[in-house]
Amino acid sequence: MADLTSNFIGIKSPNPFWLASAPPTDKEYNVRRAFEAGWGGVVWKTLGEEGPPIVNVNGPRYGAIWGADRRLLGLNNIELITDRPLQTNLDEMTRVKKDYPDRAIIASLMVPVEEESWKAILEKVAATGCDGVELNFGCPHGMSERGMGSAVGQVPEYVQQVAEWCKKHTDLPVIVKLTPNITDIRKPAQAAKDGGADAVSLINTINSITGVDLDIFAPEPTIDGKGAHGGYCGPAVKPIALNMVAEIARTPDLQGLPISGIGGVTTWKDAAEFMALGAGNVQVCTAAMTYGFKIVQEMISGLSHYMDEKGFTSVDQLVGRAVPNLSDWQHLNLNYVTKARIDQDACINCGRCYAACEDTSHQAISMSEDRVFEVIDEECVACNLCVNVCPVEDCITMERLAPGEVDKRTGKVVEEEYANWTMHPNNPGACAAE
Amino acid sequence: MTHNALSPGIVPGRLQAQDYEENFADLHEPLDDHEALVAADRCYFCHDAPCITACPTDIDIPLFIRQIATGTPEAAAETILGQNILGGMCARVCPTETLCEEVCVREVAEGKPVLIGQLQRYATDTLMAAGKHPFKRAEPTGKRIAVVGAGPAGLSCAHRLAMHGHDVALYDGREKPGGLNEYGIAAYKTVGGFAQAEVDWLLQIGGIKVETGKRLGRELTLDALRDQYDAVFLGVGLGGVNALGLEAEDKDGIADAVDFIAELRQASDLSALPVGRDVVVIGGGMTAVDAAVQSKLLGALNVSLVYRRGRDRMNASVFEQDLAASKGVRIITNATPVAIHGNGAVREVEFEYTDDTLAPTGERFRLPADQLFKAIGQALDAEGLPELDGRKIAVTGAGRTSVDRVWAGGDCAAGGDDLTVTAVAEGRDAAEDIHASLVS
Ligand SMILES: Cc1cc2nc3c(=O)[nH]c(=O)nc-3n(C[C@H](O)[C@H](O)[C@H](O)COP(=O)(O)OP(=O)(O)OC[C@H]3O[C@@H](n4cnc5c(N)ncnc54)[C@H](O)[C@@H]3O)c2cc1C
Ligand SMILES: Cc1cc2nc3c(=O)[nH]c(=O)nc-3n(C[C@H](O)[C@H](O)[C@H](O)COP(=O)(O)O)c2cc1C
Ligand code: SF4
Ligand code: SF4
Ligand code: SF4
Repeated sequence: MADLTSNFIGIKSPNPFWLASAPPTDKEYNVRRAFEAGWGGVVWKTLGEEGPPIVNVNGPRYGAIWGADRRLLGLNNIELITDRPLQTNLDEMTRVKKDYPDRAIIASLMVPVEEESWKAILEKVAATGCDGVELNFGCPHGMSERGMGSAVGQVPEYVQQVAEWCKKHTDLPVIVKLTPNITDIRKPAQAAKDGGADAVSLINTINSITGVDLDIFAPEPTIDGKGAHGGYCGPAVKPIALNMVAEIARTPDLQGLPISGIGGVTTWKDAAEFMALGAGNVQVCTAAMTYGFKIVQEMISGLSHYMDEKGFTSVDQLVGRAVPNLSDWQHLNLNYVTKARIDQDACINCGRCYAACEDTSHQAISMSEDRVFEVIDEECVACNLCVNVCPVEDCITMERLAPGEVDKRTGKVVEEEYANWTMHPNNPGACAAE
Repeated sequence: MTHNALSPGIVPGRLQAQDYEENFADLHEPLDDHEALVAADRCYFCHDAPCITACPTDIDIPLFIRQIATGTPEAAAETILGQNILGGMCARVCPTETLCEEVCVREVAEGKPVLIGQLQRYATDTLMAAGKHPFKRAEPTGKRIAVVGAGPAGLSCAHRLAMHGHDVALYDGREKPGGLNEYGIAAYKTVGGFAQAEVDWLLQIGGIKVETGKRLGRELTLDALRDQYDAVFLGVGLGGVNALGLEAEDKDGIADAVDFIAELRQASDLSALPVGRDVVVIGGGMTAVDAAVQSKLLGALNVSLVYRRGRDRMNASVFEQDLAASKGVRIITNATPVAIHGNGAVREVEFEYTDDTLAPTGERFRLPADQLFKAIGQALDAEGLPELDGRKIAVTGAGRTSVDRVWAGGDCAAGGDDLTVTAVAEGRDAAEDIHASLVS
């Protein structure tokens, strides 16, 4: 079993799997059970200012979308930050940290954009013995209407300002949690960096409406006939989160800014993908809310098997390994020519590839009277759609044409040399390869 | 000389060569990768899952299935084997329909359980095919333990003891280790020499010295073993068989079902194995079903399984009963044998119908039989054992017997079902108890 010990901006945990700030981390009872189940750390449910506690709705807080067999794919919530008294949370954090010194406990914070407010809460959380703070600039509903959460995260100047205050008023590592409800994620990340933040974490939830009740014409979840937009998370948001993490990881100006990857992490593989694209660790919310704390056991065993297989002795060897291979479209090799191939032994003759290609793509699959489906090389543009719709994994594969072979679609001999759009004759701005 | 189904008497070669191959092929084809993913996808990862509770070895079923679903079958195998070192055999032979799969929430809700047994096989086969043994021995303790009987109970006990760093001498009276895995389980449940392959794989842990051909009561005595070793585990199973108690039970053509099955399991050429045209099996358990089904698969024309009580009281599960019926075995219930007819060799068996209290009804019938198999239960077959509880070794806690430093588990010990998986659990738990008592 590979060693999964993680050191994220100086915060040590026995593995890189943390629970994200959310209901799973809202109280001592949960966090103790999470640690017993094996979680490496938790970001405590976001704390607000001292004062009358936050009020949540008393109707449904969640909406969802499902895949086949009612597998939960996406979750939407209209919950606010913790609705328990600040002191209760602080006392509990102190007790838990004392009993689990080897696990990471991060305090997630959200207070009004005033230096005094941040200073006050930072002093209080530092006394708990926690390992760091995370600034919640992400919550897209409720709190944003009060000028906090994503209302801050969407304005880089505010992000930088608050990060600066926090660095000034605490010695604890400061993580800025970013909202994805923005056009260019690099801007708030840069602001966090400029403000002196030690790391960014992303993503928080995405503005969403998961469905509409078609009898009463109200968005779901519906509360007394009305619905508000919520924040979307779970497996469905992973591709969006992965891209945002990677955008930060590959931006030269942001080089070296540690990232905690969040958004749809459900299996060891999801976690490994986030890490390969630059996340130093990952945070999980929906997977735990769907399957319980025990799910971390699969993440631990899976990641350590994978690392053993690859010969990695530390998680750091995985972090960022795929970043150099993330390229702009214009630099992709146009001389890399592939064709779809159908494994007739694996094919179950459903015809989905045919429907997809014939109706919506390039008419590159033939169907015989006795339902044999074959790729027509003369037509196949290698779009990969058939691979994606085929119900049998590895039944259709993309096979590369070797240099020297003729691409029957274009009639051209496949060239060995790399050539991209910037060099292409059809590109008015092309410069010939030297 | 060629024979066919109609040839009278007990003769070999009733079938064509390829029929034997087909008849004795794997009962369930192993799942391929795609099938395994589809099957794994159905598991709900239940909280405090009922399937775990129903498994005598407490395998974390939702976890291992999730590990398959996420593309790490070897991790799944470790989850399984950490609880049940014979998880490969159990995946093949467990009556899952009365254990884990019976209580799977999807069986209860839809009548279609998650295929736990087949997924378990998928995972363990993957790991074994990769030639990996994921367990390591702890630092040597210098303690020596004798394990008598190399069946599931003894093997499981020996492996766990070796893992804890003890040195184990594993004795067995037979020629090969494996117990009923090697000599008893139906051939179509464990094809391709799996029983021996699994024993070889298990022994890779090291620290286990196997000595076959050594019997307690012949070469070994319990007293001598207690003198030589720090502890003794008895996993001798049930070697003896119960008799019908009828006259003429020694006629030709009459045999114990377990002997017939053992011969079949050891046969290198099934077409050379003789079987009757009209076979009668007496009994209602797994052994009776296996003898009946395998007689049929060897080419017997008529095979009747006769049980003295009603169907619902049969020890063989409904799945096993249906399997027998699907192979053409006729199941007759509420009938008890009263006489064996024939000159030198059995020709007919006479039965009397019984009611639910086993009281004879006075109504009798005869079945033609050139071969009669007795499968009415096995019995303990050894001397100088610790105190008994009924017909098995009395145990308390994790297999402690009446004799100091002597443990027992598996079929030979009182309590628990006579199943491979139960034997594995008892052997493992006794090993933990032995370990705790030796290092404290
Ligand atoms: C025909 C048949 C089919 C079965 N099918 C199934 C099935 O499909 N599924 C299932 O779960 N269970 C099945 N069972 C039950 C299962 O095989 C047993 O419950 C299991 O093997 C018990 O394990 P054990 O280690 O206690 O004993 P055994 O497997 O009987 O092993 C005992 C070992 O001890 C050795 N031994 C005995 N006496 C001595 C001695 N005096 N000295 C030294 N060694 C000795 C024997 O040679 C043997 O190797 C079947 C049983 C039979 C008979
Ligand atoms: C019900 C719910 C409440 C949440 N509350 C908070 C919160 O208080 N603070 C915060 O920073 N993020 C909060 N989040 C966002 C999560 O921490 C996380 O960023 C998001 O769910 C994406 O991860 P996931 O796909 O693993 O769920 C909440 C999410 C959910 C579902
Ligand atoms: S999950 Fe629990 S608290 Fe929430 S609605 Fe259901 S029963 Fe109530
Ligand atoms: S979609 Fe896949 S399985 Fe279906 S016909 Fe096409 S290749 Fe065969
Ligand atoms: S009961 Fe069935 S669905 Fe639930 S965890 Fe067990 S195998 Fe999976």
